[in-house]
Amino acid sequence: MATKREITVIVNGQQYHSQVEPRMLLVHYLRDELDLTGTHIGCDTSQCGACTVLLNGESVKACTVLAVQADGSEVTTIEGLAPEGSLHPIQEGFWEKHGLQCGFCTPGMIMASYQILKDNPNPTEAEIRKGLEGNICRCTGYQNIVRAVQYAAEQMRTAAAAPVGAGE
Amino acid sequence: MGVAAILGAPIKRREDPRLITGQATYVDDIKLYGMLHMAVLRSPYGHARINSINTEAARKHPGVVAVFTAEDLKGAVGPVACAVPLGKITEGMGIRQPLAEDKVRFYGDPVAVVIADDRYTARDARDLIEVDYAPLPAAIDVEKAIEEGAPLLYEQFGTNVALSVKPPTDDIDKVFEQTKADGGVVVKGRLINQRLAPTAVETRGVIADFNKGSRSLTLWSSSQIPHILRNVLAATVGLPQHQVRVIVPEVGGGFGSKLNIYPEELVAAYASMKIGRPVKWIEDRSEALAATIHGRDQVDYFEISATKEGKVTGLKVYAILDMGSYCQLFTDTMVLAFMFPVICGAYDIPALYTSTDMVFTNKVPTDAYRGAGRPEATFLIERAIDLVARELGKDPTEVRRLNFIKPEQFPYKSASGNVYDSGNYEAALDKALALADYQNMRAEQAQKRAEGKLVGIGVSTYIESCAIGPKGFAPVGLYESARMRVEQSGTVMVYSGSSPHGQGGETTFAQIVAEEFGIPIENIMVLHGDTDSTPEGRNTYGSRTTAVGGSAVYTAAQRLKEKMKQISSHMLEASASDVTMEDGKFFVAGSPQKSVTFAEVAATANLSNTLAPGIEPGLETTAFWEPEALTYPFGTHICLVEVDKDTGVAEIKRYVAVDDCGRQINPMLVEGQIHGGIAQGIGQAMIEGVVYDDDGQLLTATLTDYAMPIASELPSFETGSTVTPSPINPLGVKGVGEAGTIGSTPAVANAVADALGVEDVEMPFTSERLWKVIHQK
Repeated sequence: MATKREITVIVNGQQYHSQVEPRMLLVHYLRDELDLTGTHIGCDTSQCGACTVLLNGESVKACTVLAVQADGSEVTTIEGLAPEGSLHPIQEGFWEKHGLQCGFCTPGMIMASYQILKDNPNPTEAEIRKGLEGNICRCTGYQNIVRAVQYAAEQMRTAAAAPVGAGE
Repeated sequence: MGVAAILGAPIKRREDPRLITGQATYVDDIKLYGMLHMAVLRSPYGHARINSINTEAARKHPGVVAVFTAEDLKGAVGPVACAVPLGKITEGMGIRQPLAEDKVRFYGDPVAVVIADDRYTARDARDLIEVDYAPLPAAIDVEKAIEEGAPLLYEQFGTNVALSVKPPTDDIDKVFEQTKADGGVVVKGRLINQRLAPTAVETRGVIADFNKGSRSLTLWSSSQIPHILRNVLAATVGLPQHQVRVIVPEVGGGFGSKLNIYPEELVAAYASMKIGRPVKWIEDRSEALAATIHGRDQVDYFEISATKEGKVTGLKVYAILDMGSYCQLFTDTMVLAFMFPVICGAYDIPALYTSTDMVFTNKVPTDAYRGAGRPEATFLIERAIDLVARELGKDPTEVRRLNFIKPEQFPYKSASGNVYDSGNYEAALDKALALADYQNMRAEQAQKRAEGKLVGIGVSTYIESCAIGPKGFAPVGLYESARMRVEQSGTVMVYSGSSPHGQGGETTFAQIVAEEFGIPIENIMVLHGDTDSTPEGRNTYGSRTTAVGGSAVYTAAQRLKEKMKQISSHMLEASASDVTMEDGKFFVAGSPQKSVTFAEVAATANLSNTLAPGIEPGLETTAFWEPEALTYPFGTHICLVEVDKDTGVAEIKRYVAVDDCGRQINPMLVEGQIHGGIAQGIGQAMIEGVVYDDDGQLLTATLTDYAMPIASELPSFETGSTVTPSPINPLGVKGVGEAGTIGSTPAVANAVADALGVEDVEMPFTSERLWKVIHQK
């Protein structure tokens, strides 16, 4: 077994110092070491996207990042997307539009949707579908996920257009 | 909102807040003190004799607690359950032990397990196990596996065929001869319903925790069937039933793949019983594709006869079922119990002949995958009807219309012997045609064809049977159950024997209760999946949860309502028979001004020390509900496809679906089920397929190779519904979990055949395959 390495990571705003094996995947670090089990694992080959998190604000598949690669970075998981007790507009959208059934792909879908809307606040249906290509859902047929992202986009645009302070 | 309007309302799901915030608990999210991890060593061969297994290096690896092989399990665990053994399976053919003994029979067959401190170590040590195999020729092609001289999985039986049912054909032959003599047609075909991997995004997973002091076993499993699993597990590991508890936490999809008792569940239980510590096993995706049950996999031959007007006179079917290597829970039932009963589809077909061979091959066992036999039946009859229309030069919708069972014929006894509950097939067809603007669609198709484009329209007017099951359907009763408690505060606990895993049962069941009691849905908690708290149930599969489980919930509510009427009658100083209930209030019929509320009656029932004589305190009941018959959902799906001549790429341009699942408890969830079902059915038609090479190597062992639909490959579905209530249950519901999958595959296949102007194209419709058809390579 290889010598453990020390890493420092900020996850959902909280700083962690950990000793990890160099081969440990970021997704296993989040789940098994930090007990943040909202990030899921659905494949071994980075197809399904269930493990999508934000690494320094950009979406990544946490099964293709080693924990040691995240040293010195900020990670946001589904648990940290919205302040405690509130929902992010994307989370609201998934609830409103029945964008989930079994819920297993959902945290990854929500984090991937975050990236879509960050890059393009007003995406077309085709752009949303293209943006979700790295995430597999076996339950919904994607149609209500598209509706959820459209709902969130509208909410976020409305909030952004509101006078400063009014959106809080 | 008036609470009375809650049944039938598209309300948001009560499950969702925990799921969208990462607060749900799936099996892999559970950590127990002292928990060990299991890794499974699997066969790298499709068929091989095991000469020896050397586990010494693995045992010595730091962090390893134990290594087990079939030798250790002998006499302690097994075999793996088969619910309804048929043919030679009753003599032991295809019955598997949890770990392979002597021979491995498919790529992925479990051979040994390592139990270690953590999952990385368990895998490291697994790689240190040395197995000496003598590879054997494999039986892969199901039709070749039937032939004399094929490699045999079970040599002692001298064949790979577990059951062959081939009655004399005289009667159907006469029908065909007569039809031809009368100027009609007989059309024949061979259809391949390819092997699919169910692929729930959450793989299987299990934690077994045995307490050596109390000799009790708790098993958490990502399963659709907590009670069945508990009962079978107890028998298989040799524990009294009451010392085994199964907990099904959040489950990330099933689609039939978790409707089984798997070797890993048994071995994890055995390991925990031996070691006395919790043992966790989480399947990885390659294992899921290699060792979780597959679905479909049939080669089907048919002949169908029709008058020159298009009225079908007879149908003859020969189905070859590829069961894979072993009989799992329902492997051998797919054709006889689920396919043939609905083989006549929505059509009034006077003469039917069915025959089958059920065959073992060196592949993963097949079993129930979303639809289970009914997609195969529907694919066959819907393709057959299209071929009749093609032969006669008629529009496929006209031939369908001519053959539909008419509304006044219900209850209708099919030539298969099954009795259909209710239906109005023409209404669904008409609604779909209107939604699609079918005539215009055909006109545009003609125009595009004139421009040289390959455009096809496919129609499927499917039926299916669900809500299993009635008395006599299976060797054991397939009832469902609900325990219900009205608490002193007026809140309600519902413990369901069903085990929903994504369908939204916590919401729909609460809607049923809210409607019955006239109380806010927030006051109702629905729990399921823990065999210690829920009454014995038959769990969730076969589109049965709302129809059967919902009816149990409804029945429990009725019983408590009756008792509450009694109690309230004393509070109102009236006779119980005069008391009625509306909007959560009890009052004497005609005098609503003097009433007591649901909460007041609940408080009285639970707290009063002056209840009337003969009235038992408390408000709790357990209801079991068993249907008298199956329900038959139906609908019409229309698919518009365009195939690129140069590349062979097929694109679904429009997809219209009108489905009738009886009364809808929550239309939003119904639509969601239809969407997801259609996506899976399109997946089979367009891109999915498990592939083995001739030696039994699995070529689709990761999601890189096993293609599933992604968002950009699917259109937005245009959906509608008709409502024909079922007379079978008090809710009037039929079931909707599988309908979309059953209806969609043939619609796409008919569209692609129409686009290419050919009789048949084998699924999946990959660009390579279609290009070859177009260019006749």
